[in-house]
Amino acid sequence: MFRYILRRLLIAVPSLLGISLVLFSVLALAPGDPFSDLVSNPNIPAEVALALRQKFGLDDPLMVRYWNWLTAMVQGDWGYSFISRINVETLIMQRIPVTLLVIGSSQVLALCIAIPVGVYAATRPYSLFDQIASTLAFIGFSLPTFFTGILLILFFSIHLDWLPFVYRADIPETGWRFFWEHFKQMIMPVTVLGLFQAGALTRYVRSAVLDIIRLDYVTTARSKGLSEKVVITKHVLRNALIPVVTLVALQMPAIFGGAIVTEQIFRVPGIGSLIISSMLANDTPVVMAVTFVFSTLVIACNLFADILYGWLDPRISYN
Amino acid sequence: MNESEIRRLIDQVRDNGISRKQFIRHMIGAGLTVPMAAQMLLTSGLAQAQTASNYKPTKRGGGGALKVLWWQGATLLQPHFASGTKDQEGSRIFYEPLGAWDADGNLIPILAAEVPSLANGGVSRDGKSITWKLKKNVQWHDGKPFTADDVVFTAAYAADPATSAYTSGSYKDVKVTKVDSHTLKVEYQKPSPFWADPFVSAAGMIIPKHIFESFKGATSRDAPANLKPVGTGPYKFVDFKPGDMLRGAINTNYHEANRPYFDTIEMKGGGDAVSAARAVLQTGEYDYAWNLQVEDELLVRLEQGGKGKTSIIPGGNIEFIQLNMTDPWTETDGERSHPKSKHPILTEFAVRQAISLCIDRDGVQKFIYGRTGIATANFLNNPQRFVSKNTKYEFNPDKAAQVLETAGWKKGADGIREKGGKKLKLVFQTSINSPRQKTQQIIKQAAQKAGIDIEIKAIPASVYFSSDPANPDTYTKLFVDMQMFTTTMPQPDPEIFMNQYLSDQFATKANKWLGRNSTRYSNPEYDKTYLAAQSEMDPVKRAALFVKMNDMPVNDIAIIPVVYRPRVSAAVNNLVAPLSGWDNDLWLLKDWYKNT
Repeated sequence: MFRYILRRLLIAVPSLLGISLVLFSVLALAPGDPFSDLVSNPNIPAEVALALRQKFGLDDPLMVRYWNWLTAMVQGDWGYSFISRINVETLIMQRIPVTLLVIGSSQVLALCIAIPVGVYAATRPYSLFDQIASTLAFIGFSLPTFFTGILLILFFSIHLDWLPFVYRADIPETGWRFFWEHFKQMIMPVTVLGLFQAGALTRYVRSAVLDIIRLDYVTTARSKGLSEKVVITKHVLRNALIPVVTLVALQMPAIFGGAIVTEQIFRVPGIGSLIISSMLANDTPVVMAVTFVFSTLVIACNLFADILYGWLDPRISYN
Repeated sequence: MNESEIRRLIDQVRDNGISRKQFIRHMIGAGLTVPMAAQMLLTSGLAQAQTASNYKPTKRGGGGALKVLWWQGATLLQPHFASGTKDQEGSRIFYEPLGAWDADGNLIPILAAEVPSLANGGVSRDGKSITWKLKKNVQWHDGKPFTADDVVFTAAYAADPATSAYTSGSYKDVKVTKVDSHTLKVEYQKPSPFWADPFVSAAGMIIPKHIFESFKGATSRDAPANLKPVGTGPYKFVDFKPGDMLRGAINTNYHEANRPYFDTIEMKGGGDAVSAARAVLQTGEYDYAWNLQVEDELLVRLEQGGKGKTSIIPGGNIEFIQLNMTDPWTETDGERSHPKSKHPILTEFAVRQAISLCIDRDGVQKFIYGRTGIATANFLNNPQRFVSKNTKYEFNPDKAAQVLETAGWKKGADGIREKGGKKLKLVFQTSINSPRQKTQQIIKQAAQKAGIDIEIKAIPASVYFSSDPANPDTYTKLFVDMQMFTTTMPQPDPEIFMNQYLSDQFATKANKWLGRNSTRYSNPEYDKTYLAAQSEMDPVKRAALFVKMNDMPVNDIAIIPVVYRPRVSAAVNNLVAPLSGWDNDLWLLKDWYKNT
């Protein structure tokens, strides 16, 4: 097991190097640079832009810039934002808690919906409930978040005026009001993301349970006279959830990606809105760092899913 | 009323022969607007009466929280590194300049005790030096006194090439010396009729010497205060998350009585312009939203919510079309659109005239921009005294066809005119932006009727407005026949604005296309007029020179003005927020309050 993890980690190093090289070249080839605003402003002398380009090393050849970035990164220096003029890690650290809170809550919400609905639908396949659940699940993962997000805003914020649609990370209130305000503003973004996830997950849980429920050992359990509740929770669900857990782990990076759009709509100051504003401002070091974090996350989640799978299912061996 | 008469009147005011009021009344009689008349006095060196403030609150604070929404959040709070207005606005909450521009283009003292003028000795007779008197009893947020040292330091900080300050253009050619603790002298290399650039408005925010002294030059980027400002403004810094949230709290030692009104201020960033407009106009969740680049039709609909109103503030920004005077299709000395080349078709006046006749400016205003783009014949649209009366526009494709017919451009079998084997085909580029594509369509259709074939090209804004020397699609290169974009006029004085038609401003390979004359318009008369305006101290003559400059490229049809673009923002109904088209939205934040 330990050898397996070590081997996987060693394989991860060249993959990360490759990813970083591709990301860096793509960003370098992309048009525009962070100081393009300066050129269209008649009040700023042209020398300023030239001096800044030089100061931030933008005039160096691509490979030199990549090497500088890589050596700094290895030493734990994530780079320096051209636009905010602070270290990139400070910027990212400011944003991560909010993203984790929103994504975590939406994931919990998705699981809270998907597992009971999926299991219930699987135990009564092709019933009315199953069909309604399947239809809703289809709608759930077919509708893009930018659409449901705006729909919710129009209905709950503008039509009914119940919920705020501008997310604020620091709420001045204290005590219960603090939690209440936080709860209120999180309802919409979490619902949008959660329902989107729940759609796909429900379908997955349903089919996993359906696979298991037909197996002989379930019939055996039933014939022993165990109650249906015990059969489902103890015998079926535990085994059916093995692939579901892996799916959740594998999907984590995708959720971060999906959160980018949701964060922009609700002005959630998370890592997703950071990457959007940095892209628009051509703030390459920030874009580079965030995308790199995302790709590290993909690799880490893959590894995590593999290990988890083996731990949950002893039939898998790592030799 | 002719020029000498106006001059005589101004002299009378100077000698107290007639009062300011009488003078302004005379001028109104002569058909001028109040701000225009007031400006004549200002630039002639006569102190202007303070515009009466409508500020009502009678005590400091007690106004609760002011919540403003900037859909592009501030990313840093060092005003001298602020590239876009979003950063200037963020800094403006905490920092103040010596003077600021009001809506009429008047200079209003902020940290200065008074606006320098000939009358108070602030402006020297030769126009080569200015003496600023500073307000006494102004304190920095940390309690240290504000003095002339801070102002002198600010100039040195910004002018230092190693600092690479975005404001360096305002300071690199002036000499600033301290006279006493609250007086300083600014010397210019040549007579400067427009002296109100350093220390004024967005580029003029004064930073504290005691905080930034050790972070001048190469170390400027390490200053902790770049993100934790210590200024003199109405609100003190509390907390900042770049791009997201900026918070401030009342400065109880603010240098003006009863100000500010609000206890805290909160500037939220991120999102998009449409939802920002909603948050103010429809739900009232926020008090104020900045820069609403939203279709007017939608704004009108949102306003019907009744919670807020939009403010449309005129400035000098203009959406216009440039016709390439040089040849973009063949290389001369290895360079497209080389200054020495001539455009094969567009050098003919009749063709340019025909294109101009095909542009339905009223239609563009009516169907596309609404209140946010007003049809105009002029490049220079504001302040009023610079507006030319010698230009006009007309939409008439039939007349365009006639003009071309007379000039010998005959229709071919495909409906496109040609002459001497050259087809009347043009490529017209702009950035990707829905109103611009609609405008392109309107023009293309009308031109088709006249027998001109216009090929439309739309480029992503991040490419089009970039400075990448390797990319052929940037707007400064203009490697096609014509293009359309908005150019901004950042100050009420057009001197810098009008340099974009100078022959020495040609965008060329040699200057990496950083020159501002992308039309490649060249007219010795224009260059001469510009040079004269640069040192003309007489405001009336100077205004006339700028009007003349406006008329040259416009009447030569090197450029075709389309609509001028006022600034649009939204505020909840009870918020009183004085705005100005010549300065940041928060230029007078100290006077913002809510009617209760």
